[in-house]
Amino acid sequence: MTQVATTTEIRELPYKDPEQGTGLMGWFKKVLYRLYIPNVLKGMMKTAEYAVIRPKATLLYPEVKRVTRKGYRGEHRLKQDEQGRMKCVACLMCQTACPAECIEISAGPSPWSDRDKVPVEFRIDLLKCIYCGMCEEACPCDAIELTETYTQVALTRDEKIYDLKRLLSN
Amino acid sequence: MNDMLWDWAWFGGKALVAVGILMTIAPLLTLAERRIAGFIQGRYGPNRVGPFGALQPVADLIKGVMKEQIIPENAERLLFVLAPVIVFVPGAFGFAVIPWGNAIGEHDLQVIDLDVGVLFVMAVLSVGVYGITLGGWSSSNKYSLLGALRASAQLISYELSLGLTMLLVIMMSGSVDLKDIVWHQVQHGWNVFGGSTWWGLPSGIVGCTLLYICALAENNRLPFDLAECEAELVGGYHTEYSGMSFLWWLFAEYVAMIFSASLITTLFLGGWDIPFVHLEEAPTVFGAVLSVASFLTKIITILMTYIWIRWTLPRFKYNQLMDLGWKGFLPTALVNIAVMAVIGVFLEG
Repeated sequence: MTQVATTTEIRELPYKDPEQGTGLMGWFKKVLYRLYIPNVLKGMMKTAEYAVIRPKATLLYPEVKRVTRKGYRGEHRLKQDEQGRMKCVACLMCQTACPAECIEISAGPSPWSDRDKVPVEFRIDLLKCIYCGMCEEACPCDAIELTETYTQVALTRDEKIYDLKRLLSN
Repeated sequence: MNDMLWDWAWFGGKALVAVGILMTIAPLLTLAERRIAGFIQGRYGPNRVGPFGALQPVADLIKGVMKEQIIPENAERLLFVLAPVIVFVPGAFGFAVIPWGNAIGEHDLQVIDLDVGVLFVMAVLSVGVYGITLGGWSSSNKYSLLGALRASAQLISYELSLGLTMLLVIMMSGSVDLKDIVWHQVQHGWNVFGGSTWWGLPSGIVGCTLLYICALAENNRLPFDLAECEAELVGGYHTEYSGMSFLWWLFAEYVAMIFSASLITTLFLGGWDIPFVHLEEAPTVFGAVLSVASFLTKIITILMTYIWIRWTLPRFKYNQLMDLGWKGFLPTALVNIAVMAVIGVFLEG
């Protein structure tokens, strides 16, 4: 039978007073402790272990990029169906759901018969966006999605406002 | 006439090499400090500028020069500007009397051969604290002033033990000339191992350890960096400094470190001596180069342990620091000397 350690099990380490001890040996231990030097050397061995043996925590960024976990919420994207038509029907559900009010949609008549409207303009201000994913949840057509792109570079504020074309090409 | 010119040429050459040693090691040391700090903390440290970040000091220098140098309105302008330069004095002056290599022919590899080298070093070491005190006081900032006060109190209490350990070396070698001290060690064995006598071994080890720790305290390095204590005193005595002046502080600090490392090497670790290799018998160019390499190796090893200790230990509290200095080091140094002297009188008569 194997013994299974439960999470509730408490490991009690016996407390050792470094200055405790009796007789000559105890006195010697006390002196060694008060000298600091043995403990300093112990600490230096520890830092040497960190410096030489342990792996570095840093990612060398531009060369090595962090792989995002599944479901990471990055930049937005508008999906298209098999025929290359955008899925969005301009129902404004995402705009309503958005807590940061960063989505701005204006609807126009649809060129296709299966829906009434399509967005003429679809703007997301990424500087306002809090990447909560509410738009994704609210969408009845599964048309908007947060991708795993986490690098966003822009030189002006205007570049951070993504329009329909940009969102479709994402 | 020709001889005199030749002598001056030798003097100038040696001075250039000594300054070159300081000016090369000090910037590299700033890089080593940051890289080793990174390694110990699980990072890489600066590794972008040049191969392995080797050009980082150059980038730092360019940044420092380009930045605006702000002088506080109420500061004593002259002293404020002068202070980092004064800190530079002990390192640079002290290094002048350190013998950093075996002789080439008749010329010793030492810029100035002073008969009272040890005393000169003691005198020049105390100048360093003037710079720190002036810098802290002249920037008219209470935190800077507190840092400066701490630095001076600390240096006074540790300089005593430092002087006493130097006295030990003088007793072992029978000379106050740094060149003679090194020669004595070359011929009779290093002072850490007790110099010429077997019974000096414990005294040598204790003395060397004391000198090492006092050197840490003299340089305001961790665990004795109460003077700059960024948690309580913002940045201590160099809080108000910016741009090139701040770089001067750093640079002076590293030069002082190099000087103290070379002092430990000279006094206890045999100077330029290589054990079991008799360089002193062959004052050739090759032997001189070997001796300088040996000296530099020792210095750099000591400097690396400085850095290693800095990123390992936390800072002492002020009362602990004073306790250690006055109740720990001073009696130990005194007893050390007394033991050495008494045994010496009994055994050598």
